[in-house]
Amino acid sequence: MSASDTPKRSMRTPLGRVRNLGAAHSGTSDFWRQRLTGVAMTLLMLPVIIVVMMTLGSNQAGAKVILGSLPIAVIMLLFIIASAWHMKIGMQVVIEDYVHNEKLKLISIMLNNFFSIAVALASTYAIIKLSSGV
Amino acid sequence: MQVYRWTLTMALSIVHRATGIALYVGTLLLAWWLIAAASGSAAAYSNVQAFTGSIIGRLVVFGYTWALMHHMLSGVRHFVWDLGFGFKANEREALTWAALIGGIVLTVLIWIIAYAIGGIR
Repeated sequence: MSASDTPKRSMRTPLGRVRNLGAAHSGTSDFWRQRLTGVAMTLLMLPVIIVVMMTLGSNQAGAKVILGSLPIAVIMLLFIIASAWHMKIGMQVVIEDYVHNEKLKLISIMLNNFFSIAVALASTYAIIKLSSGV
Repeated sequence: MQVYRWTLTMALSIVHRATGIALYVGTLLLAWWLIAAASGSAAAYSNVQAFTGSIIGRLVVFGYTWALMHHMLSGVRHFVWDLGFGFKANEREALTWAALIGGIVLTVLIWIIAYAIGGIR
């Protein structure tokens, strides 16, 4: 926002003017988390690919042994949490860019949250179940 | 709007979004696979393998692999820009070509390794 956009005698501070702004009304926290989770997934990519390759050709019992081992479970959990967070933010950016009807936008963002959290929890639960040997 | 000339970076910006959306939907496959493995049912896991082993399934997983590799490299490219580097015209183009070619190369490489270790029959 340039200086010309604000009344000359405004008593609002620069900080006060930018508060609650942005399409998400949440400033730059999502921007930061998007990068954080992106870098995390880039670092985890090779280990995750190796894990998936290890399970190729094995049946359920074999996959359970591989996915249930501690280091692999941790790698998968980190990857799942980073992905769900990353995709939630990414889809929200897409929604905010293309859905201009306010109600529809809110509903879309809500469904996006539900979907991302559901995928994350279902996958996390599966990994924990595999690790606990139940 | 004749002032616009369609550039590679513009096209790849849209591809970054499209692959992101595809990966979003594709997490259902990842969740299905993990839940089937955790279900304790050999049949449930075989169902996933029957899908991923079918022609359609292989195309989906191949597409998913490419979307993932491309989105990752394209994301790294965005990260380089976020850090304030690579804005010169030739650098922009080089980064974009690297993401495009790198994504295809990594995808093919992953599938060659997957076939080589004999996991995919």
